Amino acid sequence: MSILIDRNTRVMTQGITGKTGQFHTRTSREYANGRNCFVAGVNPKRAGEDFEGIPIYASVRDAKAQTGASVSVIYVPPAGAAEAIWEAVDADLDLVICITEGIPVRDMIRVRARMRAEKRRTRLVGPNCPGVITPGALKIGIMPGHIHKAGRVGVVSRSGTLTYEAVGQLTDLGIGQSSAVGIGGDPVNGLKHVDVMQLFNDDPDTDAVVMIGEIGGSDEEDAARWVKAHMRKPVVGFIAGITAPPGKRMGHAGAIISGGKGTAQEKLAVMEECGITVTRNPAEMGRTLKRVLR
Amino acid sequence: MKIHEYQGKELFRKYGVATPRGIPCFSVDEAVEAAKNLGGAVWVVKAQIHAGGRGKGGGVKVAKSLDEVRRRAKEILGMRLVTHQTGPEGQIVRRLLVEEGADIATELYVGMVVDRGTQRVALMASSEGGMDIEEVAASHPEKIHTVFIDPARGLSDELADAEARKIGLPDSALPQARRLLQALYRCFDETDASLAEINPLILTGDGRVVALDAKLNFDDNALYRHPEIVAMRDLDEEDPLEIEASKHDLSYISLDGEIGCMVNGAGLAMATMDTIKLFGGEPANFLDVGGGATTEKVTAAFKIMLSNPKVRAILVNIFGGIMKCDTIAEGVVAAAREVHLAVPLVVRMKGTNEDLGKKILKDSGLPIISADNMAEAAQKVVAALKGAAKKAGKASAPKKKAAAKKKAPAKREAPAKKRAKAAKPKKRTVAKNTPAAKKKRAAKKSGRAGSAKTVKKAKKAQQAARRAKGKKK
Repeated sequence: MSILIDRNTRVMTQGITGKTGQFHTRTSREYANGRNCFVAGVNPKRAGEDFEGIPIYASVRDAKAQTGASVSVIYVPPAGAAEAIWEAVDADLDLVICITEGIPVRDMIRVRARMRAEKRRTRLVGPNCPGVITPGALKIGIMPGHIHKAGRVGVVSRSGTLTYEAVGQLTDLGIGQSSAVGIGGDPVNGLKHVDVMQLFNDDPDTDAVVMIGEIGGSDEEDAARWVKAHMRKPVVGFIAGITAPPGKRMGHAGAIISGGKGTAQEKLAVMEECGITVTRNPAEMGRTLKRVLR
Repeated sequence: MKIHEYQGKELFRKYGVATPRGIPCFSVDEAVEAAKNLGGAVWVVKAQIHAGGRGKGGGVKVAKSLDEVRRRAKEILGMRLVTHQTGPEGQIVRRLLVEEGADIATELYVGMVVDRGTQRVALMASSEGGMDIEEVAASHPEKIHTVFIDPARGLSDELADAEARKIGLPDSALPQARRLLQALYRCFDETDASLAEINPLILTGDGRVVALDAKLNFDDNALYRHPEIVAMRDLDEEDPLEIEASKHDLSYISLDGEIGCMVNGAGLAMATMDTIKLFGGEPANFLDVGGGATTEKVTAAFKIMLSNPKVRAILVNIFGGIMKCDTIAEGVVAAAREVHLAVPLVVRMKGTNEDLGKKILKDSGLPIISADNMAEAAQKVVAALKGAAKKAGKASAPKKKAAAKKKAPAKREAPAKKRAKAAKPKKRTVAKNTPAAKKKRAAKKSGRAGSAKTVKKAKKAQQAARRAKGKKK
């Protein structure tokens, strides 16, 4: 029925006492089954208090023990965000979704290295991402819930508003989404396109996937090769940044063409080779998906 | 963030990476004084700009007497140095580095960059120093040796020695090379660098391993914990519009085209640029207003876009999620009024309070062209641009809104109809295009932002220098 999260997921918010954390916890709670899903907040200095009825605990470990929450969403400011990720990983949560933008790359390199070295099973989505939503069930993150519609198409993207754009097009065409995952625009992050693609492939309630990428790195190529070898469902793709000049960082820390690598053209070519139906017109993402569904 | 070579070398020395002795100078007299203080008989006078390709452009010269140092410094200081990274308008040289000459036996290459795939720092080394490393990567990839550094352990002796051997350093130089590579990694790690390059790294005639060049870029997200590095920032080397944008927390990059765009979100901003291009236009900039745009921010964004003298039309593309369309619409209207907007403006808004936003635009009485999707918006702005260029002239045709919105994405003929209506006074507003601003932009756009591996140019400089030096030794 979805990947990563569903209506039975129980979530804690790290950074629930900050303005951003409060705002988005509130709107997420108001979406679908959110009221039952957002069960805890974390702040060592405010343990024992609550945020609009959501109890605040001193640590992720406490929050997990007291409420059974197995997923965390992080709004902690950049300087402390990597540490917050580690705290969640160390508490052995199933999934950590880090919304925070602007975390130093070095901090992410360290936390990711430690996750690998200690063979931690916790999945990380982000940082610098809009979050994850399973329409009609649960929204964890900053995406606008109302543009989504429950259905059977998976969406995975590095970008926030471009994901909304794709989702909006699908919904306008009457095509619902199983889950939409924003993996984030940073160079060092958690789940990559290929990981999310595997989850969608294994999800019996996803029929097709929209994969949205952008310049920089080779995540999209890796995912495309995986799709060619393993994917049993149609995939539609778009890459942003055809017009981006080399050497210029386009907003996202990860969106930069360097050493002639990571261009949109190159990615699109590999995706096409691997059987993904690509469009070069971002206004056509929804319609392109609709065509492959037939 | 980028710094100058001399600043990079100061950091290198602090961490124990050997460099030639050198002194930064801001005037010809200082350059001569620096040469005197350095002593010796051969010096290198190096232009300090952030762009690479300095040697080839005439920004690096060897001098064999104090008189020659004076002559060279005079030539270089204040020159408009044109390299393949500065664009045709070049970059004014405001700083020099005067260094002792080096006795070069072998030129090598060393670089470090964050590798996304392994999520580690990659150390790349090559025996082919002093040349364009991208060319080496293309023609002789086997000559570039890459290892990935475990952040928990740092660069081990074994890895460092193996790299040094692979690039042909003799055993006698291994201890030095190991110290240098490990120092470079510590420097990279502790300063939150995003790129470090030494090209060339040299082996001198008397067997020393020395960094003849230094290129360092830093992770902007980590600057908050490095005030000492922020202090090295040279605003003269940056695009004034980008500096202004950063003050308003806007992400802005000047490009070459004529259509200014303002979008929320980096991915959508890139996609919007792509759509403009797809329909025959060229974006004038990348501009992400971010998630919390206020009227003030939108106004600032408009002013910045219009400061680019090339802008002939503007496209606003907002997907309102958390950010509400009515808020953006109010911002757009206020901004258009405040800057007395005189170029065509196309607005596409989607998402939260979309109808309210559209109503605000319509009721404003401003000649704002509305679009329902990205393709339609791009078509309309391209048409408006052409219409404006054609000198308006035609009477405003009634807008066929519904028709346009339905067929826009599929049909490209649609815009022709709209052109007339879109055509409005094409006289440009304001635009503070100081020559300086222009030149900066030109420099910028050509991508002098050396990317990880783009750093080839510096080495040519050094090649020349080394050749000269080699001879005289």
